[in-house]
Amino acid sequence: MSRPRLRQNTGPAGTRLLGFGSAQGNRVVTNDDLAQRVDTSDEWIRQRVGIVERRLADPDQTLVDMAVEAGSKALANAGLTPTDVDTVIVATCTMPGQIPNAAAQTADRIGVKAAAAFDLNAACAGFSYALTVASELVRGGTAGRVLVIGAERFTDWIDWDDRANCIIFADGAGAAVVGPSDEPGIGPVAWGSAGDLVDLIYLRDGRYVYQEGRTVFRWATTQIAPIAERAVELAGLALSDIDVLVPHQANLRIVEAIAKRLRAKGAREDLVVANDIVHSGNTSSGSIPMALDHMTSEGRVSSGDVMLLVGFGAGLSYSAQVVVCP
Amino acid sequence: MSNEDILKELKAIVEEVAGVDPEEVTEEKSFVDDLDVDSLSMVEIAVQAEDKFGVKIPDDQLANLKTVGDAVTYIATNK
Repeated sequence: MSRPRLRQNTGPAGTRLLGFGSAQGNRVVTNDDLAQRVDTSDEWIRQRVGIVERRLADPDQTLVDMAVEAGSKALANAGLTPTDVDTVIVATCTMPGQIPNAAAQTADRIGVKAAAAFDLNAACAGFSYALTVASELVRGGTAGRVLVIGAERFTDWIDWDDRANCIIFADGAGAAVVGPSDEPGIGPVAWGSAGDLVDLIYLRDGRYVYQEGRTVFRWATTQIAPIAERAVELAGLALSDIDVLVPHQANLRIVEAIAKRLRAKGAREDLVVANDIVHSGNTSSGSIPMALDHMTSEGRVSSGDVMLLVGFGAGLSYSAQVVVCP
Repeated sequence: MSNEDILKELKAIVEEVAGVDPEEVTEEKSFVDDLDVDSLSMVEIAVQAEDKFGVKIPDDQLANLKTVGDAVTYIATNK
């Protein structure tokens, strides 16, 4: 007698993004505000990291609050209701306490019934990692539609007397909905990690986010553009096909250095480059979807634009893919 | 490559990265104090110098290159 044969899922031909949403900390904190506490200045911060102001959470505004707000808006912008998705992924590296995770309560509060829900930690590359997982879940037939959220509350992990690091990070969330599509709208991922460089970004004393700024800057400005190029190649496109570049909003000078390298390799001069960090700060896994949402609202990107996303950060971890703007 | 040639190439890199007039980039000048080149621009200069001269300039060595002359000597010695 033959053994029983299992059935496996099969899914749609393609996947695409359906909509974006975002949420930020309620408090606007300027460089001058920070200069009252630490030895720094507006000019110094603007020059080194390009941040004019950042948004920090109110004391009672939790990471999950921001994830819920961003996720709900993404569903609304996609013209969907919570029951239209069945899976929720929250990319985060700042969830206070490991139990419970952020995703289950986020899904419940948004109204996604009995969602498959989990957190994913790839630090600042988290959204790009989660987007890949979401797309493959849909393509494989495991999920119908997935809500992908990057959410961070750095306020809990900052030493406010550390002038090198407290000026960079911020609180907020960004979200995107992924669903099936006849036309491919999410390209293959180029991702990986460099665990030998783990000491460049970590929690000092297990408590405060810390990075070796100069070395991270060198890594990000030299090693990330080739990852982005690889993603374009995997999608079967040329750099000149890219309309919009959305790097993780780590530091405006890193963003500009990546854009410069890609232009030297064939990206267009009129490439639109995300600079959301200027008024949002660095929100780690939230930064890419937040930038996408802001750029869509501002009319800086249009439906059908070919967009190159690239995340990079602690781990070290990196991840890039080409997507089509919904 | 003579020290003079290294200086000439270095002037071009410093101008490209930090917008400093090449006339100003002379051996006795301090990158930070005289030319107003910040630590991140120093990294960009080091990366370009590595490509141009085929030399390794790790961050711990970079911190020791205070003047333009220090950089010229380091490149001449290590390439």
